[in-house]
Amino acid sequence: MKATLAALCLLIVSAAFVPPVSADSSELIAEIKAVGPEGKGNRQAQQAVKQLLEDETVKLTSILSAFEDANPLAVNWLRGTFEGLADRRLKENGTLPKQELEEFVLDTRRNPQARRLAYEWLIKVDDTAANRLIPGMLNDRSVEFRRDAVARLLEQATSLFEAEQREESKPLYEKALSGARDDDQIKAIVEKLKELGQEVDLPQHFGFVLAWKLIGPFDNSDESAFDIAYPPESEIKPDGKYQGKDSQELTWVSYATPDDYGIVDLTKAQAAHKGAVTYAFAEFTSDEDRDVEIRLGTPNAWKVWVNGKLAFGQEEYHRGTKLDQYQFPVKLQKGKNQILIKVCQNEQKESWAQKWQFQLRVCDAVGTGVLSTTRPPRVAQPKPDESAEKGDNS
Amino acid sequence: MTRPLLLILLIAFAGSQLAADWAQFRGNNSSSVSTEPVPAKFDISDGTNISWTADLPGRGLSGPIVVGDRVYLTASSGFRQDRLHVICFDAGSGEKIWHRQFTATGRTMSHPKMCNATPQPASDGERIFAFFSSNDLICLDLDGNLQWFRGLTHDFPNASNSLGMASSPVVVDGQVIVQVENASDSFATAIDVNTGEHTWKIERPQGNNWTSPAVMTGRTPQEKLVVLQSAEHLIACDPRTGQEIWKHPVGCSTIPSSVIAGDMLFVPSEGLTALRYIPDSDAPEVVWQENKLAPGTPSPIYYDGRLFSLKRGNILAGADAATGEVLWQVRLKGPFSGTPVIAGDKMYLFSEKGLAQVVDLSGDKGKVVHTAEFVDTILCTPAVANGALYVRSDQHLWKIADKE
Repeated sequence: MKATLAALCLLIVSAAFVPPVSADSSELIAEIKAVGPEGKGNRQAQQAVKQLLEDETVKLTSILSAFEDANPLAVNWLRGTFEGLADRRLKENGTLPKQELEEFVLDTRRNPQARRLAYEWLIKVDDTAANRLIPGMLNDRSVEFRRDAVARLLEQATSLFEAEQREESKPLYEKALSGARDDDQIKAIVEKLKELGQEVDLPQHFGFVLAWKLIGPFDNSDESAFDIAYPPESEIKPDGKYQGKDSQELTWVSYATPDDYGIVDLTKAQAAHKGAVTYAFAEFTSDEDRDVEIRLGTPNAWKVWVNGKLAFGQEEYHRGTKLDQYQFPVKLQKGKNQILIKVCQNEQKESWAQKWQFQLRVCDAVGTGVLSTTRPPRVAQPKPDESAEKGDNS
Repeated sequence: MTRPLLLILLIAFAGSQLAADWAQFRGNNSSSVSTEPVPAKFDISDGTNISWTADLPGRGLSGPIVVGDRVYLTASSGFRQDRLHVICFDAGSGEKIWHRQFTATGRTMSHPKMCNATPQPASDGERIFAFFSSNDLICLDLDGNLQWFRGLTHDFPNASNSLGMASSPVVVDGQVIVQVENASDSFATAIDVNTGEHTWKIERPQGNNWTSPAVMTGRTPQEKLVVLQSAEHLIACDPRTGQEIWKHPVGCSTIPSSVIAGDMLFVPSEGLTALRYIPDSDAPEVVWQENKLAPGTPSPIYYDGRLFSLKRGNILAGADAATGEVLWQVRLKGPFSGTPVIAGDKMYLFSEKGLAQVVDLSGDKGKVVHTAEFVDTILCTPAVANGALYVRSDQHLWKIADKE
């Protein structure tokens, strides 16, 4: 009797110290995914992370699965949670669930960032994984997987090229180019293909818009015009005539850049105006409603509209420019779409502050060029001009 | 033990812990000075006084910080510099204790010399605040457990600078304070260390600014003020509210940051300007101004009654801090990006080309007493803690300490 009573007391006392039943891990993950701008949801997410990190039963892949549809902030909260859990389990157990992670990596329906994260922890415990998995990643939705796959092909192709097996190297370079989305790799491949007698249409590969209608210069004295809406911001009239800077009459003028990297140099297409604004307009025909990215490089203040809706803009002058400097998502509608860019030049006199240019491409989230179905033929490249911009315009 | 005595001991203990740490850019007081000496001679070619070398997973101008027996460092990697790394090393062995990675939510473009991991992390002794050029701010506890994540360019999409951001955070009164100052959406903000929520956010002058905030003592030892400089002015704010307390209405440099010593501020402005804080006044007093002390990229350092400025042309000037009189100048081999550190009467400088130079400050004139080639490019501001100096390149982190 005494023993029973003691056991009962122990049970009651123990029950009093049992930690509260943790919320279901899916609810905790949902709390994390609810984080938003300016710290919204941080407190709840913080508690959820803490509980998940203490949960020995939660599956690593359940955290990874949650990357789907998570906003960029939530992705990082999930990353931190996953790595905290994985690190602890690896230290405690000396391994991680290899099969579970590999299955996740290979499931291409999953979020590409989550799959890459799974891979990076998988290769800590499986030194055969990289050789087995990466060759199949050439056309993956993860740019990092693609990059690794392209790097391997480049290495193989270069070995053949340097061993004087040039013809054998060519298909490998071509295959590498089909997956390559990073400019450094593309440049390396294109250079070799050129040596092998094959020209690559870089604007097509990247999705640069080459053919534009230009109108300008409007006045931007004292950098005053970033928020002044000149007529092209209200409507695009191909035969419109407007008063521009210094009272000159302005009309739309066709211009197609011959540059491999789609750079429209307004100092050449128009003139080296200072304190000026020019608008560039392009029609882009899509065969479906779709999400795309516009990627822009410019050293000038700018705004971009798609179908009359302001997509993004930044008032910054002469702080450098490069390919894909700005990236923002837009929606294309089936049929004709209007892309308008406002490019503002200020009046700085320094030699490094004279550029007035932009390069704009349309691509998917991986960087694969998306082309207008009514894309005009490319204009011929002029003879080499040492003063011309060439690709790397940083 | 009586409660007041216990409290005094606890404060003293906490103080001693803090003194041994190097918790932010230029150290705990943004002074760039450690009271503990480190070896004057070291050499990576033969390992002299090189305790350990750790390989790094990415680039970085961000210097290390030291909390207790651990060293924390940030790095960035990837073709787009969009992979953010926070790494923790054992200070004794150099072994990696943990490594966390995140993805940039803001723009990652920078001048080729810079990279996403340019701001130095900071710590309040319990947490690490890792800040990046993409304006991503990550809070981890000392064991690498995520506390919160903020993407300030995600939240404020026009807060970016195509040359890259460099301002490092400070932690004061439970707030991590960052300057996100650029030509477009320019602001400074205080974020609660516990929750990652905004405590305040103030508009700042539009214009790129790479300087870092500094903390000074106000009317009482407990009252802290955060000092923010810009091309328009220097202001001091209440770190809990963002309310402006005083203003020096003169434009300041946007690269080297101010240094504070007691009630004196040495500000890169009109060359170098010495200001004295006057309690309850809306402006500090100008004590002296000296064009000959204009710093280049590195921030000035106050030490033992003297003011040191690493000027353009790689000239190190030593001046009387009370008057601004230039006492001596010595030409070094540069160029320099990182701010030097002083430990035990010696200044340690690392040039961009990886040349370490040790300058003895004990005599009438600074004297180079040791040089060492580190081969790699070094752009960081080093850390000094517990008698060891930590410096990083894009490839490596070194601990320099007396092996005895």
